[in-house]
Amino acid sequence: MKKVFGRPKSLKKAVFHYCPGCGHSIIHRITCEVIDELGIQEKVIGVPPPGCSVFAYYYFDVDMVESAHGRGAAVATGIKRAYPESIVFTYQGDGDLSAIGTTETLHAANRGENITAIFINNAVYGMTGGQMAPTTLLGMQTTTSPYGRDDRIEGHPIKMSEILAQVKGTCYIERVAVNSPANIRKAKKAIKKAFQCQIDGLGYSLVEILSPCPTNWKKSSIEAFTWIDDVMAKEFPLGIIKDTTGKRDAD
Amino acid sequence: MTGNAAVGEAAIRAGCQCYFGYPITPQNELTEYMAANLGRRPGCTFIQAESELAAINMVYGASVAGARAMTSSSSPGISLKQEGISYLAACQLPAVIVNMSRGGPGLGSIAASQSDYHQATHGGGHGDYRTIVFGPSSVQELADLTYRAFEMSDKYLIPAIILGDGMLGQMMEPVEFKYEAPHKPPVRAGALRGAKGRPSRFVRTFTSEPAELEELNWSLFRRYQLLQKEEVLWESYLTEDAKLVVTAFGIGARIAKGAIKNARAFGMKVGLFRPITLFPFPNDQLSELAKKTSHFLDFELNMGQMIDDVKLSLGGTAEVSFYGRPGGVIPTATELLRVISRVYSQNGLG
Repeated sequence: MKKVFGRPKSLKKAVFHYCPGCGHSIIHRITCEVIDELGIQEKVIGVPPPGCSVFAYYYFDVDMVESAHGRGAAVATGIKRAYPESIVFTYQGDGDLSAIGTTETLHAANRGENITAIFINNAVYGMTGGQMAPTTLLGMQTTTSPYGRDDRIEGHPIKMSEILAQVKGTCYIERVAVNSPANIRKAKKAIKKAFQCQIDGLGYSLVEILSPCPTNWKKSSIEAFTWIDDVMAKEFPLGIIKDTTGKRDAD
Repeated sequence: MTGNAAVGEAAIRAGCQCYFGYPITPQNELTEYMAANLGRRPGCTFIQAESELAAINMVYGASVAGARAMTSSSSPGISLKQEGISYLAACQLPAVIVNMSRGGPGLGSIAASQSDYHQATHGGGHGDYRTIVFGPSSVQELADLTYRAFEMSDKYLIPAIILGDGMLGQMMEPVEFKYEAPHKPPVRAGALRGAKGRPSRFVRTFTSEPAELEELNWSLFRRYQLLQKEEVLWESYLTEDAKLVVTAFGIGARIAKGAIKNARAFGMKVGLFRPITLFPFPNDQLSELAKKTSHFLDFELNMGQMIDDVKLSLGGTAEVSFYGRPGGVIPTATELLRVISRVYSQNGLG
């Protein structure tokens, strides 16, 4: 009998600690599938952040080093410069990449650091209990925007992918979602392309992933998945934001 | 050669492969030296980072990947680096951090000061940790202790800090370097270089198990005890017959030596005890001196920071006077001599 589906080699045999309906486990899995398909497991060094995915090293069967909050791009820069043969990726949330780590991210991108960022956008701070993130939508209630995010007080949702697309050092930026089988397939394809950019030495690549957080959104899993299409993707449109690889159709 | 350049050259010869820095006076000559002399070497990296935070975290990444890595700054910038230093300590990663310190608090002044002694010797960032701290007092010693900082940091897996100051960094003196060619240290065991031919591994600073974190703290603490036993450096100068011993470090000790020479010319029996490692502090060596000397004068370019360690070492067995000037004011040897004379006569040592 032909085996058609199995656990990726790069994914450890461990039970995820994530909440039901959380996007992290899906993203971990498809990233590991990509690592396997590209045959880079032995070269990969991952940089997970503080936050819900702080224990990513319990799941990814690759070398990993935990970064301080927001410093992933700087840590990845150090690794890649010290050991250019490695394939380095950061795994960062919206608070990490678009609040406390904006500077590190923007400048690593601007230097064209040959690294890949997996950017999880779930519009809240997850592990700390659902506080407002820079990506929280207008009107959205969180524990620190209990009356709904008001642009006059809290500003607008920030679009880091569009900002990063402006700097010359980035070669590929795409926004995807993991709320349906079709979207998950697209997300995997984007992650694969981002790693391929690094393998080809093209510079900074980033995949922003709209990821459900039913617990902090106070929604059922199904409601959360639907909300991504109905609300979140309206503010954060899916698709390729920048691609200078010159082989957009190669995949 | 300036002290700053001497640190750069010594670091390159010690096998430093990665330097990450951010401009701040009075240490810019070091950053510039690395830009000119390290950045284009094969296998080496120089980055002018976007911030001190970024620089220390790049050091963290390079160290994780097994490279000898360093950064440098001056007081306000070193405060920014404390986050990364705490993480380096937690992950037991080697790194060398140079602080050509200046007057504080706040943006302070760009003049030489020793106001960061407490920060340097008591960890500096959050958490229960220490770093290895060197307090050089000449350009030659800056160079020598730079090699040593890399070696000790690698050996004990504890970040090492070179606590200089603006004057030491910018003064010019002749210097001899130990290594002719860049030393090529082997890739550190435990470095992350991809899980090829071995199981994957991770380096982390967070655990949900307090008992696990307690064990890490114990492991660090045992290494600090070992440092105290094995790696203490100090200098005793004219202490054999001294009735008054001046305790001073770094550039302060340099000024003190001049004052002591003059005091001797006036017939006062004064000596100098100079800790070279500020952590581990030479406790036993200093308390040994108290068997022969009943009075000490602690002299620092601050309002009294090392004096805590001096008093702890002496354990109440001797009198300790203090003279200090904060904020970047550098007293001359003549001013210090006046203080020495006063302390000497007021305590009936003459």
